[in-house]
Amino acid sequence: MENKIDVRDFNFYYSSFHALKGLTIPIRERQITALIGPSGCGKSTFLRSLNRMNDTIAGTSATGEVLLDGKNIYAPDVDVTDLRNRVGMVFQRPNPFPQSIYDNVAFGPRVTGRASGRALDVIVEESLEGAGLWGEIKHRLRDSALSLNPGQQQRLCIARAIAVKPEVILMDEPCSALDPVATLKVEELMRVLAKEYTIVIVTHNMQQAARVSDFTGFFWLGELVEFGPTTQLFSTPQQELTESYITGRRG
Amino acid sequence: MTTNSSVTAPTPAAAQEKGQRIHIGEWIIENLIRLAGLSTVLIVGLIFLFLVREGGPAFLDIPLRQLFGSRWYPIEGIFGLLPLLVGSLIVTVGAVVIAVPLGLICAIYLGEIAPTWQREILKPLIEMLAGIPSIVLGFLGWVVLAPLIQNAGAATGLTAFTGAIILAYMSLPTIISISEDALYAVPKEYRDGALAIGATQWQTIWRVVLPAARSGIVIAVMLGIGRAIGETMAVMMVTGNAANIPALSSGVIFQPVRTMTATIAAEMGEVAQGSLHYNTLFGIGIVLFVITFAINSLAGRIVGTRGARRTGAKL
Ligand SMILES: Nc1ncnc2c1ncn2[C@@H]1O[C@H](COP(=O)(O)OP(=O)(O)O)[C@@H](O)[C@H]1O
Ligand SMILES: [Mg+2]
Repeated sequence: MENKIDVRDFNFYYSSFHALKGLTIPIRERQITALIGPSGCGKSTFLRSLNRMNDTIAGTSATGEVLLDGKNIYAPDVDVTDLRNRVGMVFQRPNPFPQSIYDNVAFGPRVTGRASGRALDVIVEESLEGAGLWGEIKHRLRDSALSLNPGQQQRLCIARAIAVKPEVILMDEPCSALDPVATLKVEELMRVLAKEYTIVIVTHNMQQAARVSDFTGFFWLGELVEFGPTTQLFSTPQQELTESYITGRRG
Repeated sequence: MTTNSSVTAPTPAAAQEKGQRIHIGEWIIENLIRLAGLSTVLIVGLIFLFLVREGGPAFLDIPLRQLFGSRWYPIEGIFGLLPLLVGSLIVTVGAVVIAVPLGLICAIYLGEIAPTWQREILKPLIEMLAGIPSIVLGFLGWVVLAPLIQNAGAATGLTAFTGAIILAYMSLPTIISISEDALYAVPKEYRDGALAIGATQWQTIWRVVLPAARSGIVIAVMLGIGRAIGETMAVMMVTGNAANIPALSSGVIFQPVRTMTATIAAEMGEVAQGSLHYNTLFGIGIVLFVITFAINSLAGRIVGTRGARRTGAKL
């Protein structure tokens, strides 16, 4: 099994606040890696470090390495737009653009100049299919994306992310704004997507991590306390802190 | 209500009295608000009635062919509005062509690109620009701009172009600050969504932020145009005030014109009340009123359809 991403001794700072401390994490290719931990422990910050979305926040800095296929994404010659093409992201709150369903999915291929016309139609259909949404909405591609329900909106965002054929998909608590039925659909979708994509998901829901992921990392105050195969981490945690957190005694 | 009911349980009678007092207070406030709203409508209605009473005869007494003719010679009793309409049109369109792109670019720079410290300096400056009395800008146009334009080869420096530039600068602060507010109101989530797919900053602005802010930008532009159309004094100073239709050639904007507003301001002092000339000046007022009204309802239409779609989308 290959490591798609290798994080090595990674530190992250919001101005002087040391948010991530010496993280070393392997992200396996075509596996689902879940990150759990109490809120404020740096899960989102870490996730946003993997596609350099933190660059958009002023005053931040990072040290250490994040190797994507062996190449450090923080190297000076890296083009962040290329990087984000390869490492897509789905946010906590569904954030479709206030445009048509079609335009939302077509956004990525259009800005990257990958496709237009008929080829673009095909990509849109494939991506919506891939996000399990095609059947529900194929007759209303011209409708506003905001007319979809939250669950559909989140799957639309997933379709929008996979339309540029990324290699990695980052998901930051993608189900926290969804009801249980919509959550289940997104979780099923993740299992399907993991056949093709490397997925990193942040969740505060330990059952969700246990249900969907292959590997789990447990964060605490900016540090990685424990990392391992999900079944192992939940059945025989090595650290006392992990055990007390997953059994609900902490956090 | 569960914890401290023993402390201040009001008697039923007292509660009712209190309820009634609130009720009366609310009744008074509600009706005051209604009165304020109705009086606005009433005042606008009265203004329009007054305009129609004073200006209406112009449309009845002057033959339509003359009214929409190209000769404005009030002393000889010839009242053709066309030169004034054309004058206003050239100056306003010129101002819009200059001010809208410039204002939008400025707003985009301020809202999306400039670092915070620059924004903190520039925003108040722009708002200060809005506070400059129009007559001062007119003065500047007369003293600085007009000689420049004349030196550049125009027959005179007082031209439609000079007026357009001055008007553009007058409407710029409105356009900039309202469009910047509209850009600011676009949720960060949209920008994040676009950037996370690998869009460049420019693609994000052009394809996501601007469309999302469209209704606010339309309002900004319309308010800017509204300011330009209604402006009088500065324009009167720098457009040369020649009430004839400029020759249709490439240099059409480099000739003197006279706008509708400038005509009213310049001639109102010297007409006999009740004369046809007097009525015609009010008639021009009606035309201005109708144009402004049309622009506003157009803006409302553009913004309205979008608003409806948005609420429809929320379900
Ligand atoms: N934009 C920011 N500026 C400064 N501090 C931030 C910012 N975003 C997050 N933080 C801080 O970094 C820490 C980790 O936050 P975050 O990554 O959002 O945690 P999580 O996703 O695990 O809840 C928190 O202490 C939070 O206050
Ligand atoms: Mg978070």
